Amino acid sequence: MAVIALQIFLLSIIAGIFGSILGLGGGIIITPALTLLFGIDIRYAIGASIVSVIATSSGAAVAYVRDKITNMRIGMFLEIATTIGAITGAFISGLINPKHLYVIFGVLLLYSAFAMLKKKNQELPEVVTAHPIANKLRLNGEYHDKSLSKDITYNVTGVYGGFGMMYIAGVISGLLGIGSGIFKVMAMDLFMKLPLKVSSATSNFMIGVTAAASAGVYLLRGDIDPKIAAPVALGVLIGATIGAKIMENLKSKTIRIIFIPVLAFVSIQMIIKGLGVKF
Amino acid sequence: MTKSNKVEEMEIIISKVLRIGVLLSAVIIFIGLSMFLVSGKSGYTGNYYPTNPLEILSGIISLKSYSIILTGILILILTPVFRVGVSIIVFFQEKDFLYVKITSLVFIILLVSFILGKVE
Repeated sequence: MAVIALQIFLLSIIAGIFGSILGLGGGIIITPALTLLFGIDIRYAIGASIVSVIATSSGAAVAYVRDKITNMRIGMFLEIATTIGAITGAFISGLINPKHLYVIFGVLLLYSAFAMLKKKNQELPEVVTAHPIANKLRLNGEYHDKSLSKDITYNVTGVYGGFGMMYIAGVISGLLGIGSGIFKVMAMDLFMKLPLKVSSATSNFMIGVTAAASAGVYLLRGDIDPKIAAPVALGVLIGATIGAKIMENLKSKTIRIIFIPVLAFVSIQMIIKGLGVKF
Repeated sequence: MTKSNKVEEMEIIISKVLRIGVLLSAVIIFIGLSMFLVSGKSGYTGNYYPTNPLEILSGIISLKSYSIILTGILILILTPVFRVGVSIIVFFQEKDFLYVKITSLVFIILLVSFILGKVE
């Protein structure tokens, strides 16, 4: 038992590092690893991955606060769309065949991967004119970039597109229980043209908040098995703290280069799942 | 004290409290997991573990390793909720009433989704 716990712990450190750098929460690593490598029932793997999302979010948050990379206003504003989306998703889940959804969103993600590939040499977004709503809601912000060692001010555009995409991100996570982090980063990066670090940190904040609501449900349902969740929580907390420190010092270009293959991998995985191909 | 100083001070307080919450949960989970791995006893029969907060907290009194772990996880789960709650206070202090409303709305939606999930 102790050996397995140690293995899960080490794996979770890695998941936490990647989760906090990319703003994805580590669930995409934790769930498949627990089921495929350790033969853990998917129910408890998902329970543990929800805990890992919160651990990434809070672990990274501790490191980010000082540099103000997380934009709390954008996070809160978009959180409205995501949470309503998640509730919608839970309600319509019986009406739609998830297989089609996996294909549709898989293709959408694959397209996003190409869109991201196009701007792979871009360190900071081109100067954009702030959307009138962004001015009104005071979404435009500023953060200190450690790798460039200067303060970066940025404007926010595409508020409607981003808000809509965020709603869809919520619906998807409500329906399929996955991918919410990826869609959040995409919405902020491609639609709202935020600096990638701000997108990643704000996504991390948001997924933690959303996950906390569902974690309560998972706990009551008995899906959070202490002997699995404990090493996951500890490992991810350590990993997320390390990852947040690494992320602060990374160039946005580098983060993007790590992000694109992850995006492509997840999208292909979703398409395969949707088409029902078995290996 | 100027307004921006006050806000900055508030943010430092949030980060400190958040850090304490995260550390506390990690220490508690670590203690519980160590107890479980060393003694091999979860404190409950078979594969059973408590799933509601009251049962978890009552297990702590008798130092059951599983309930100690779950208490730590419970604290961890509450950290983002705490963050949203404190943000409402911070926006209020900044006299940013639009965001007091937005953040409160998020808080309410989260509560609703939690209750809906429980009914399911």
